[in-house]
Amino acid sequence: MTTVSLTVNGQSVTADVDPRTLLVQFLRDNLRLTGTHVGCDTSQCGACVVHLNGQAVKSCTTLAVQANASVVTTIEGIAQGGELHPMQAAFREHHGLQCGYCTPGMIMSAIDIVNRKGNTLDEQTIRAELEGNLCRCTGYHNIVKAVAAGAKGMAQAPLQQAAE
Amino acid sequence: MTATGIGAPVRRKEDQRFVTGQGRYVDDFNRPGQAHAYFLRSPHAHAAIRSIDTGPAMIMPGVIAVFTGDDLAADKIGGLICGWMIHSKDGSPMKAGPHPALAQGKVRYVGDHVAVVIAETLAQAKDAAEAIVVHYDVLPAVVDTAQAAKASVQVHDVSPDNTVFNWHLGNKDETEAAFARAKHVTKIDLVNNRLVPNPIEPRAAVGEYDLGTDNYTLYTTSQNPHVARLVLSAFIGVAPEHKLRVIAPDVGGGFGSKIFIYAEETVCVWAAKKVKRPVKWTSDRSEAFLSDAHGRDHVTHAEMATDENGKIIGLRVHTTANLGAYLSTFSSSVPTYLYAPLLSGQYDIPAIYCEVDAVYTNTAPVDAYRGAGRPEATFVVERLVEKTARELRQDPAEFRRRNYITQFPHATPVIMTYDTGDYAASLDKALEIADYKNFQQRKQESARRGKLRGIGFSSYIEACGIAPSQAVGSLGAGVGLWESAEVRVNPTGSVEVLTGSHSHGQGHETTFAQLVSDRLGISIDQVSIVHGDTDKVQFGMGTYGSRSGAVGMSAIAKAIDKVIAKGKKVAAHVLEASEGDIEFKDGRFGVAGTDRSMAFGEIALQAYIAHKFSGQDLEPGLKEGAFYDPTNFTFPAGVHICEVEIDPDTGVTKIERWTAVDDFGVIINPMIVEGQVHGGIAQGVGQALLEGAVYDQSGQLITASFNDYCMPRAIDLPAFQVGMTVTPCPSNPLGIKGCGEAGAIAAPPAVINAITDALGHEDIAMPATPQAVWRAAQKARMPMAAE
Repeated sequence: MTTVSLTVNGQSVTADVDPRTLLVQFLRDNLRLTGTHVGCDTSQCGACVVHLNGQAVKSCTTLAVQANASVVTTIEGIAQGGELHPMQAAFREHHGLQCGYCTPGMIMSAIDIVNRKGNTLDEQTIRAELEGNLCRCTGYHNIVKAVAAGAKGMAQAPLQQAAE
Repeated sequence: MTATGIGAPVRRKEDQRFVTGQGRYVDDFNRPGQAHAYFLRSPHAHAAIRSIDTGPAMIMPGVIAVFTGDDLAADKIGGLICGWMIHSKDGSPMKAGPHPALAQGKVRYVGDHVAVVIAETLAQAKDAAEAIVVHYDVLPAVVDTAQAAKASVQVHDVSPDNTVFNWHLGNKDETEAAFARAKHVTKIDLVNNRLVPNPIEPRAAVGEYDLGTDNYTLYTTSQNPHVARLVLSAFIGVAPEHKLRVIAPDVGGGFGSKIFIYAEETVCVWAAKKVKRPVKWTSDRSEAFLSDAHGRDHVTHAEMATDENGKIIGLRVHTTANLGAYLSTFSSSVPTYLYAPLLSGQYDIPAIYCEVDAVYTNTAPVDAYRGAGRPEATFVVERLVEKTARELRQDPAEFRRRNYITQFPHATPVIMTYDTGDYAASLDKALEIADYKNFQQRKQESARRGKLRGIGFSSYIEACGIAPSQAVGSLGAGVGLWESAEVRVNPTGSVEVLTGSHSHGQGHETTFAQLVSDRLGISIDQVSIVHGDTDKVQFGMGTYGSRSGAVGMSAIAKAIDKVIAKGKKVAAHVLEASEGDIEFKDGRFGVAGTDRSMAFGEIALQAYIAHKFSGQDLEPGLKEGAFYDPTNFTFPAGVHICEVEIDPDTGVTKIERWTAVDDFGVIINPMIVEGQVHGGIAQGVGQALLEGAVYDQSGQLITASFNDYCMPRAIDLPAFQVGMTVTPCPSNPLGIKGCGEAGAIAAPPAVINAITDALGHEDIAMPATPQAVWRAAQKARMPMAAE
């Protein structure tokens, strides 16, 4: 067993884990943060995307020990004070989800896209940047609309971004 | 229309939990003392099992038990079933081979279940599974759909020629006569490629047994938990029905693949009692590829006869349908009664005859996948119609229009009676949105850039609702296909609706609440929708076949009518009027012609305190249930137009425009309906351009991961132009037709018709990958060189 210490959604966490434990297993099984999902075993679907030190990673291909001394943010950690993050609100407003299973990974990837590409995103950029996230329900049409709207919403809510 | 009533684009109630990571899917459930199951699967497509030595696995760390098919047999656990009986042309019943949950003596596809290890952790179970020693006598495999009936390999003893049934529908003699007098006959050979449904949530199951009460609980990724309970109890015999609770909580997409009752959940329930611990299994994606039921896999030859006026006078179809190694739960219905009855499309075709040979192969079982039979039928009809129009040098839109059914009801030669529709209205609207009149200009502009532009139509129809019970029973269904609902009004006037439908992305918590809001005049916040738990909802048939609106919501509407009727009786006592004078309008019970009235919630309270009436005459309380069995299938229909641009140098097909105009009857929530259309189109485009499950000749699935099986991504799809036309459905009280499968049904022929239009020849199969399109483009350029 190996000891890992990290910050998850603003809380300090220390645990002994089997060295082969994946970050997604650590989040789901140890911390019971089940909003982060597993949809494949080849790092293709993106249902497991979380932020590691502010950058999107696939937590199914990250070892828990790699997150030692790091800051992790999951889907459970982005709403502040009972207010949805602008990207969460945009997914709801634009019907960017159906079954909800890919949604946490989509939202975490979308926030990362905005952080990297800015608040004004055209359709082609969004489609290209969502390369690492699969959705089987929506045909992406409304996800693309939601990401564009969420990006604008993030510009109007600087406090939200600072909290990330 | 109220802000939250029928027709309003209400934002979904369920989304708050999904966008915050608070959804509860099966794998999120962890029961006290839970152990983990891992299935040892066959690495061979076809082999006799000489021996299984579980001894080395039993002594591995953390192992609690290892079970094989012998253990299930010793406990008299039955095999998995196929619930739809099909008879061959000669009247003989279909040949159903045994389907044990864990193999007995033989494995029949890669991924077949050989043994299960129950251990303290999943990692320990996986490690131990590797220690099980299985001696196989490997047998040759049969994988090819078209060749299966001629193969020397025999998948099941009951079927020497690997044939499950030779079935037919329609009138052979009339069809032959039509072809004899035809002016023109168009022929086509088609392969409807095998698909893997791939909901992003993999299947999962947690079985639990309570020694004190002798009660079992199964948490499972199911679209129809009551049917799962019925099959697990009455047919497989794992637990008595009244002792088994099945819970299907949030389910992450189904598309058909979560209708079926599989080996894994069967074993988890049974093993929980054996090891006296909750037993959890969660599929990984590789297992899902191997063992979730696949979809489609037809090989078809079809011919269309037209007369001198360009009128379709006959259609004959021969299809070989691959059902895989075992008959999955509803597999036999898919290439038969969900397929051939749709071969008339939107067209007035006086004579149709269809033969279907269903075969076993050493591949994963094939069953219903979004559309289930109807995409296969639509692909046949719409490819043939397009090809016929081209051969007759007629505009494909106008050729369709000339052959549309215009009088309703219309009885087809293949058992369906279409109730209503206006196909030309959808065509006109689609042509306008697609800017069809300027297509040639766009084609020329593409040509100037060295690109090939094409346009493809799909004028589809589907039969949804999968009902009524009497009709499906006469066609071989082992169950009735109605739906149930219970409307419980609380003393405060809030409402709980218990439904036998199941939501796994469709947004029932919102749309069903909209119906209640509309009818009872209360806010949707006052309504809770309860589903997916057999301890809460008494019985239901579940969600598939685009049936939850037309059938499930009609049951709710019927129960609401009963609630209102009871409320009028209560109001008559409270308002001191005769029952006949009580009206219910805008959420209030009032006395006609007076200003005396009380709100729905006030009457609900009066019903429960019962001070104003004698319980002898009128029972206290306000709760009503209903079972709703429709009078007919519903017939959603529409026109999709796909416009593509092909780069002949790379073979890349880009969808430039997508127009969808659908008639779903009355729409409860247009935002959700459009979302269903988008998702369906994406799956249909996936089939046409990207997806295909491929087995090699030894029966290894060589597309068994998301690295190898090409799922549609955002960049592969365009923005969709979606329009609607409305002819209310006369077969249910709400006028709903259903919308869940339309896109997947309409899309594949639209794409292929567009590509073949662009290429100028018909020779392209699905998936039309860049490589395949490039080859076809070269052939079109230099017919000799590419031979």
